[in-house]
Amino acid sequence: MAEPASQVVVYMPRARFLGLMALFLGPAVAVYTALSIYPLLATMGLSAYSTDQTGGYHFVGLANFTTLFTDTDWSKPFWNALRNNVVFFLVHMAVQNPVGIALAGLLSLPGLKLKGLYRTIIFLPTMLSVVIVGFAWGLILSPLWGVAEGALKSVGLGSWFAPWLGLPSTALVTLALISVWQFIGIPLMLIYAALLNIPDELVDAARVDGLGHFRIFLHIKLPLVLPTIGLISILTFVGNFNAFDLIYSVKGALAGPNFAADILGTFFYRTFFGNQLQLGNPTMGAAVATTMFFIILAGVAAYLLLLQRRMNRYAF
Amino acid sequence: MPRQRVQTFGVHAILIAYSAIALGPILLVVMNSFKARNAIFGAPLAPPSGQTFSLVGYAKVLSASHVGLYFSNSIVVTLVSMFLVLLFGAMAAWALTEYQFRGSTPLALFLAIGVMVPIRLGSVAILTMMRSAGLNDTLIALILVYVAQGLPMSIFILSEFIQQIPKDLRDAARCDGVPETRIFFEVIAPLLRPAIATVAVFTVVPIWNDLWFPLILTSSDSTHTITFGVQQFLGQYITDWNAVLAALSLAILPVIAIYVIFSRQLISGLTAGAVK
Repeated sequence: MAEPASQVVVYMPRARFLGLMALFLGPAVAVYTALSIYPLLATMGLSAYSTDQTGGYHFVGLANFTTLFTDTDWSKPFWNALRNNVVFFLVHMAVQNPVGIALAGLLSLPGLKLKGLYRTIIFLPTMLSVVIVGFAWGLILSPLWGVAEGALKSVGLGSWFAPWLGLPSTALVTLALISVWQFIGIPLMLIYAALLNIPDELVDAARVDGLGHFRIFLHIKLPLVLPTIGLISILTFVGNFNAFDLIYSVKGALAGPNFAADILGTFFYRTFFGNQLQLGNPTMGAAVATTMFFIILAGVAAYLLLLQRRMNRYAF
Repeated sequence: MPRQRVQTFGVHAILIAYSAIALGPILLVVMNSFKARNAIFGAPLAPPSGQTFSLVGYAKVLSASHVGLYFSNSIVVTLVSMFLVLLFGAMAAWALTEYQFRGSTPLALFLAIGVMVPIRLGSVAILTMMRSAGLNDTLIALILVYVAQGLPMSIFILSEFIQQIPKDLRDAARCDGVPETRIFFEVIAPLLRPAIATVAVFTVVPIWNDLWFPLILTSSDSTHTITFGVQQFLGQYITDWNAVLAALSLAILPVIAIYVIFSRQLISGLTAGAVK
């Protein structure tokens, strides 16, 4: 990043230079500060207040957080949502990223035909709205339509079918897999780009030594794209701990059955806006958002410390 | 070499199988949206034929909801946001990479926070601000939020692109005495066109597809975006399968059309940096 100071800076009068920077940086910094950073800080500030019946705000310090973590009415749904969110994330890490990496490995094989077509098709779901994807899968898995059941029957596994989205034991994992289906394009493309970046000489040398494609991938290419694997892991983490749309559109704000699919995003929405069961509570909503912020911050910090020790310029 | 043949065959078999998994659900929805109700349930996997073809679902969607309006709202919000994200993002990226000054590194880090921290977490305060500014339930509110949301990523991507532009170009312009603003707008900005695809994938597609902010910031029909409008429609007509499938297809088909037209640019934009 460090570039030699431009000569312009040296020759230009100070006032003019400041004017130029204000022109170039002003709009971006103003919009970003006013609508991204300020609301984030204001939300954190609000989490230290509570409201009374008259609508007045009172400073309560960390009381909202104590309530959130320990008062059963709040802590039960909170820990449930957090636990579910961890499961949601682990399913992505266990399925989306390995499958995405494997597909990227296949697509980057030298001389593969129809590469472009496969890429286009596999990335397609990633372009669609989560809402659309959620509803479409809801229909497909619905016992009313029977498409999923019919498909399983045709391969002799009809007895395996269950209304997965409706059962408390399977709803969350099913939703996570729908999300995996949609977003597999992201790890696929990032890893694919990183694999293309590997110098041909390395791969050629290994081929001369008699290594097959699979072992080249495992022992040479994979270690070289580790920084990108770290990047997709943190992108997945941030995306998952901020997810909302899919579960809201398939399951509604209550993330049923019996909150089995509730994650932090839906819990935050219910707390802030209210729903059939409770009134909206902006200050508790702010406390939930602040907690989510610190969870995401912890993830990002861990990533920067552990995986990104050597700052690698990451390639898209 | 039979072994190599077997390998190639295996690779294609896996990729074709996964392509079917990726495409199947979308095809199934679109295909059935053109069928009569009996055929949707009787033979879900059959393509529409002369007897089963029906547009009753589309007629329902078009009469019962303002799809046209939702589309135009989405197009306005997405295009205006995209324009501002690209313009402000490119100007900021240029200033941060080209002119080193005291504070440019902290400023770059400040702007980078938004790459990782989702703007959604500030929703409580954003709603209060929009209400007090009288912008609640307007497209302007959505545009402002989306520009703030898209800027950090676009600055990051555009900085990478700007660094790849040869130094000689601006130096030559400077020797000719071209003012700094014109160097940016007339020399640099046109060279950033290939970056538009990358920025689009990472910032514009999420704007088009967003449900959260329309849900929070808009309430009346006249400000619904297509994603939110379809979501509301689906919730109301969930038992009318023709209408549901048609609404889903109406939301899917334009995205697929644009994606297919631009997929080469989009994918090369995604893998940009790899092809040096």
